[in-house]
Amino acid sequence: MTTTASSELTVSAQGLSRNYGAHRAVREVSVDLRRGEVLGLLGPNGAGKTTTMQMLTGNLAPTSGEVRICGIDLIDLPTKAKSRIGYLPEVPPLYRELKVDEYLRLAGQLHKIKKSALKQQVERAKNRCALADMGKRLIGSLSKGYQQRVGIAQAIIHDPDVIILDEPTIGLDPNQIREIRALIRDLGRDHSVILSTHILPEVEAVCDRVQILHRGEVVFYDSIAGLKQFRGGQALQIGLHNPPPLAELAAAAADANIEAINANLFRVCPLGGVDPTDTLVRACVERNWGLYLLQPALASLEEVFVQLTQREDDQSEKAST
Amino acid sequence: MISIIVTKELRTLFASPLAWVVLAFLQIILAWIFLTRVDYFLTIQAQLERVPNAPGLTEIVVVPMFGIASIVLLMSVPLLTMRLVAEERRNQTMALLMSAPISMTQIVLGKFLATLAFLAIVAGLIVMMALSLRLGARLDLGLIATNLIGLLLLAGSFAAIGLFVSCLTTHPVVAAIGTLAAFLVLWLANIAASDPDSPLHLLSLLKHFENFMNGSIAVTDLIYFVLLTATFLILSIRRLDADRLRA
Repeated sequence: MTTTASSELTVSAQGLSRNYGAHRAVREVSVDLRRGEVLGLLGPNGAGKTTTMQMLTGNLAPTSGEVRICGIDLIDLPTKAKSRIGYLPEVPPLYRELKVDEYLRLAGQLHKIKKSALKQQVERAKNRCALADMGKRLIGSLSKGYQQRVGIAQAIIHDPDVIILDEPTIGLDPNQIREIRALIRDLGRDHSVILSTHILPEVEAVCDRVQILHRGEVVFYDSIAGLKQFRGGQALQIGLHNPPPLAELAAAAADANIEAINANLFRVCPLGGVDPTDTLVRACVERNWGLYLLQPALASLEEVFVQLTQREDDQSEKAST
Repeated sequence: MISIIVTKELRTLFASPLAWVVLAFLQIILAWIFLTRVDYFLTIQAQLERVPNAPGLTEIVVVPMFGIASIVLLMSVPLLTMRLVAEERRNQTMALLMSAPISMTQIVLGKFLATLAFLAIVAGLIVMMALSLRLGARLDLGLIATNLIGLLLLAGSFAAIGLFVSCLTTHPVVAAIGTLAAFLVLWLANIAASDPDSPLHLLSLLKHFENFMNGSIAVTDLIYFVLLTATFLILSIRRLDADRLRA
């Protein structure tokens, strides 16, 4: 999953915008992805994740901007570019009246897999998605989790360079979610994967990079390490059974900003870039504060959004004054 | 690539009971007409022998079957075409076709040809019933051929119109009703015009089909059906493309 600058650029989208009448669903979104990378598109419902993905897969024409898949322009040469993409839409496009094998064979044929290789590719996709015993079952009679897997199998059947998955873990139970995440990580080794979600830990579990959309605009685009930094930086959450007055705690943490979450729980934000953990722990032991919890204080998705959108509002205010 | 879409459409069509019900229903009606016409022919056979230039077995038995078949197709094609696009939209399966490396033209032609293939089965059953008469009689094969060509052209126009209406909506039932309404307008356009020279006659499907039933293939009739089919196929392609552009 390491990314090197030399690996091939598989997705390059510049300045994608999409209007629905007067409503601007997506504004100036750019995506760059290399082979072996997993990109997470994160955002609340209605942020424009699905619209962006539809534009990247050629299901929707962008109002402006261009998309290149492995260097092929998606708008000029749609069939050539589309053969390199595997797409799982939000609702898996399944024909309920077909059997799993029939359906995957159809998907393979649509993606121009040669007859001689078709059987092997179907078996491979089924094995990767743990569907080996389900070949003879009607898709309509499968559970939601299995239907989702058939949808993923359909997206990877032709070994595409770029795999685009729209909320692949929605509606699955925790075990299935873990399996699907493992599969995505596995796929991300030799393909490029874009997945959308509104679950922050999911992105941190499987992605190399993350792009956060809010109201159709990119508000954050960085590596996972950058996101972790942004979510908490070096902030700590500390729990004490016998907490001292706030000022004493602040003095112990050297140069830090301390807020009380409740009577026993505090959030410590270091100001000077010095990690206060060591001095804090020592102070806790020496002064018998009853330390029972010490963990990185990570912001939740909602807090990240609040921070990001507030930051943006601040910037636009500055720009307007 | 088109053949993949055709196979897929036929497979999903025959996976539902609808196709079988329609085929069985058509066969019952046509077989019943066939038997009554044969029976009728046998009762008037003696009188016909005395009439000079009398209509033959083909005119009395086979041609009315094609006439009935055209009406029955008018009623049943909306049921077959309603699901073509509307149902794919409803089940959100259109994305599979849209993200595959195939063009909109191939999708539309595939769906059209699949419907036409199904209707050709119906036409084939009629021809087989007619040809069974050859066991004991001589038939006017030329007349059967023009009737068959006419019916296939008519079926093509029906399929194209039905496909287009199905592209307009996400509700199969709305598509079926809309298609039926469009057929009736085209079918009955000549009734609205009492004047025999009225241009409305040129629009009527019935008028053009009647010429084929009488055994004549006129270039104008051919052009009418081909243009009608091509127009609605192009409109369907444009409509689906507009989905991608406007959504």
